Order: sequence, then structure tokens, then C-alpha cells
Amino acid sequence: MRSLGRLLPTPTLSLVLLVVWLLLGRSLSPGQLLLGAGLAVGIPLLIGRLWEPLPRVRKPWTLCRFVGRVLWDILKANLEVSYLILKPGRAPRPGFVEYPLLVREPLTVTLLANTITLTPGTVSTNIRLDRSSLLIHVLDLDDEQALVEEIRSRYERPLKEIFEC
Amino acid sequence: MAFYVFLEWLIGLLLIAGGLFAFVGSLGMLQFKDFFMRLHGPTKGTTLGIGCILMASMVYFSVVQPGLHVQELLITLFLFITAPVTGHMLAKTGLHMHLRYTRDTRGSPPELRDEDVGQGRVARPPRPRRPASEGQKRRWRLRR
Repeated sequence: MRSLGRLLPTPTLSLVLLVVWLLLGRSLSPGQLLLGAGLAVGIPLLIGRLWEPLPRVRKPWTLCRFVGRVLWDILKANLEVSYLILKPGRAPRPGFVEYPLLVREPLTVTLLANTITLTPGTVSTNIRLDRSSLLIHVLDLDDEQALVEEIRSRYERPLKEIFEC
Repeated sequence: MAFYVFLEWLIGLLLIAGGLFAFVGSLGMLQFKDFFMRLHGPTKGTTLGIGCILMASMVYFSVVQPGLHVQELLITLFLFITAPVTGHMLAKTGLHMHLRYTRDTRGSPPELRDEDVGQGRVARPPRPRRPASEGQKRRWRLRR
């Protein structure tokens, strides 16, 4: 068991690599399986030193709901941004907002920044290296405080729950 | 039979929606006034546009050819991971290079602290040769 642990330090990553390889090859032939398995073992060993241990997903159900909500928000974001682009009359009011972060783990901050970029009218522009705040550029800023509150309750709290408790 | 007609409609709709979203996202590059605003188009519109087209492709090939075609999901996944990162890096570069932004912008990026900037100096774009006209000055808030 110890030696298996050394050979497969990150089982989840290995599984993901294998599945991705099989999907890319679109086949389940023994050759592809063998090659995929080789890659799934080899790559984690090679990048082991660069790999930061990921926090465990504590609430998978919340994660599923979060992904669903983000997908829905991406759809909404696109409609909103398209509307802003196409509507000639009113000029959007852009703005910079500094968002104080609650989460501290590298993975959670990354996920939050990515989510913010993908969702309504916001692009994350700068993360302070001490991870204390995130600078956001907003395409159409109405109420700064409301925006911060919305991001806090919609995205950051669930992320914090999922990964950090 | 009706099922195939429905699928045809679905695929057509997805293709048109995808094309429209991608087009409007690119139109944003033309419409918006400064670098940071222009970033919003490609990070969002294009993502969903390509997502729609990939979904159409997934449905079409699953119907026409034997077997389930899901490798498009991989493209979507990679896109959703890389697009925001690219957007973030571009925006960050814009901040470091002190790019101009429109006067209407509310709030301003706080000064970058030393630890945000790093050791070396960041290359800046060359100054404009001609001094800005009055109209340009009114429209742009210059940060130098």
C-alpha cells in the first residue's frame, strides 16, 4: 500500500488525466488504455514538486450547485454584455472596485477570480500578492457596495464552504 | 421522425446563437472605449459563443455517427479554464503599463504596492508623439 501511495501520489489527478486521454483519443482500445495509464502515472510523478496539495472538497453537493449557478450566470452575463454592446443610446459606466477577500487558499482565490471574470460584467484585474484583495473592473457599475455583497454571497461564501469550512 | 426535426432545429438554433454571441463579443472590441472595457467582450461573449457551437457539434455528431461524442466537452472545459486566466493576465498587464482609461470610469485602481510590481521595471508604452488635443484630454484621463 505504501508503494502504491508513492507511485500514485495524487489519485484524482491521475484519474482525470486518464479520462482526458481516453476522451482525446476517442477509443477504449487496450493500447490507448495502456498509454493513458502510463501518462496518468508518469505526469503526476514528473510535476509532483510543482503541485500544491489541493484542499479536499468538503461538500460535493454544494460544489454541484455552485457549478450550476455559475453556468447559469455565464448565460446571463453574455446576454447582459451583448445588450450593453448593442444598445447605442446609453453609455456603460465602467469602474474599478477593490474587493476584500475572505478566502485565502490559492485554489479558492483562483476559482473565485475565474468565476468573477466569467460572470456578469466583471473582470478580475489584480490579486494582491498577500491575497488580501482582488481588484475588479466592472463594465457597468451601478452600486459598488451591492456588487461586493453579491459576489460575497453568490460566489465566495459557497466556495469557502466547499473548500475551507 | 419528429425527433430528428426537433434535433435539426436545436442544432440550427445553437449554431446561430453561438455565431451571434461570438459576433457580438467581437463587436464589443469596436464599441467600447478603453482597454479594460474591451476585455469584457472576448472573455464572455466568445466563451459562450464557442460553447454553443461545440454543443451543436456534440449533438450533431452523436446523431449522425455511431457512439457518443463528448470530446467537445474537453474543449469547453479547457476554454473555461484558460479564457479567464488570459483575461486576468491581460488586465494585469494593462494595470502595470498604466494604460489610459475613459474619464467616466468610477474609482481608480489603487497604487500598485512594491510586492505587486516585483523587482524589475515594467516596460511602458512609448509616449504619444503629438501632445493630446483638448478633446482627447477631455475624453481620456491620463495616468502617468
